[in-house]
Amino acid sequence: MTDPEIARFIYREARLLDEKRWDVWYALFTEDGHYWVPLTRNQPDAEMHTSLAYEDKLLLRLRIERLRRRPPSQRPGSWSQHVLQAPEIETADSGTWLTRTAFHYAEARGDAMQTLTGVMLHELVRQDSALRIRLKRVDLLNCDAALPSIQLFL
Amino acid sequence: MNRYRDDPAALRALVRDDAVHRDVYIDPDIFRLEMERLWARTWIYVGHASQVPAPGDYVTCDIASMPVLMIRQPDDGIRVLRNRCAHKGAKIVSEWSGSAGRFIRCPYHNWSYRTDGSIAAIPLRQGYDGTDFSRCEAARGLRPVATETYRGFVFVRLSEDGPDFKAYFGESLSSIDYMVDRSPAGEMQIAGGVLRYMHDSNWKMFVENLNDAMHPMAAHESSAGTAKELWSDQPDDAPKPMAIEQLVPFAGSYDFFDKMGERVFDNGHSYSGAHFSIHSAYAAVPDYDAAMRRAYGEARAKDILGTVRHNTVYYPSLTIKGAIQTIRVVRPIAVDKTLIESWSFRLKDAPDIFFRRNVTYTRLINSPMSVVGHDDQQCYRLIQEGLAAGGNEWVNLQRDYRPEERGAHDLTVNGTSELPMRNQFRAWAHFMGAA
Repeated sequence: MTDPEIARFIYREARLLDEKRWDVWYALFTEDGHYWVPLTRNQPDAEMHTSLAYEDKLLLRLRIERLRRRPPSQRPGSWSQHVLQAPEIETADSGTWLTRTAFHYAEARGDAMQTLTGVMLHELVRQDSALRIRLKRVDLLNCDAALPSIQLFL
Repeated sequence: MNRYRDDPAALRALVRDDAVHRDVYIDPDIFRLEMERLWARTWIYVGHASQVPAPGDYVTCDIASMPVLMIRQPDDGIRVLRNRCAHKGAKIVSEWSGSAGRFIRCPYHNWSYRTDGSIAAIPLRQGYDGTDFSRCEAARGLRPVATETYRGFVFVRLSEDGPDFKAYFGESLSSIDYMVDRSPAGEMQIAGGVLRYMHDSNWKMFVENLNDAMHPMAAHESSAGTAKELWSDQPDDAPKPMAIEQLVPFAGSYDFFDKMGERVFDNGHSYSGAHFSIHSAYAAVPDYDAAMRRAYGEARAKDILGTVRHNTVYYPSLTIKGAIQTIRVVRPIAVDKTLIESWSFRLKDAPDIFFRRNVTYTRLINSPMSVVGHDDQQCYRLIQEGLAAGGNEWVNLQRDYRPEERGAHDLTVNGTSELPMRNQFRAWAHFMGAA
């Protein structure tokens, strides 16, 4: 994989979320993949410390299926827009890439819109010649703030 | 103009036996009166003793719009001080937690205070010579407020007048005992961070919802129902992931929630899950059960482990979930804005699995990213929007209303009754001076 291929993968991942193509997005994760939004800066662990979100594929599937059912909080539905800085490749060895991507995120619902910002870290692996996400960790700048509902995927 | 402050009859008319007027949720003047009369005169949760282990350690928060500082004393006691300088009123400590050492110092003019709140030093103090400083309000320092600690839970009553702590909570304190006694050592420690979820709705909607057993099958169908479906093709004896074990019971039937039962006490306190609850079917941990029997004896251990109350409401500020050692703290900010803090505890001398359960639960249910919380929050917001309109002035709380419930001090009823809400408003009316 070349650096531009890695970057294209990360841009596409965000675009799939903004276009609500959740099944395609879900398939990007390895079977043991996780989506993690820590609650504190430099949080070492997700099992012995509370997180804003820490989801394996079962919980990601639950979140996706729930959104499809148009629950009360999704009437009207939310829409997201990710704005990504160019990903930096932190390390690349033996088929594993660690990348760091600064982002802005907006989530709109009806007349209301909130914006968040931070850095997302991807741990990517190659499986059957394709890139897959083993971990997507989203470090929100204001992870410890009193936050309103964040309904879609960062 | 405040049409309620000086009109007890108008205030009294807001609460009927089985309904409340919409103004209790939307009127900013009512909110201010609530802070002065209900939140200042009753016992409000501040924090847990384990957050301030060493002398000088503190945590801060706002109680009824008053910034306060809970601080460990050199003699190991805990005091709660008003966190505003006696000089010009600046809030002194701005960090949520930390250690002050021996002195608390105002950043503006360096007035310094001892950890008991008394003035230690004022720069150029001779400037007050010949004045009546020693007799004025400023000389009293950071005045402590009435504080009581029950099994590590620290409560304050801001007002000098109000009920005695034990009389206020009464038998409802048993829910704290049942939570803490799940530790073989009878101790808990706060751990794992705090989730802070901002709600754009009145605080009472959240508090009422804790014992509202009629909403999960509607509001949480999309989350718990989906969890149930995702697991439906698994054999009955397949070990359940923690998330499934915790989410699926929310999809219980009306009958399940009704039979859970609920119990109310004087002063607005209550708990749901009087007989069993959504926490009843968690997998057993045999080594731990044995340690509990050694610590408490067979009968009491069975009693502790068999008591799985759902939510206990310590009206108006604290709600606890003893079966998994998590609490939610209500911090009203404005008539339509409420901060909910979710804290987790570790049971001393218990295996890690309990804390992992606790962390998983609070993340799944109480996070700003919770698929369960989103729908609760949306429903509160819809009430807040809907009640802004007149036409029907009354919020109906009539389900299973019985006239004989008035004046009862300790009552256990079916789980889907709206008695806990009526009971809260009876306390509300009493403390607001309307009773």
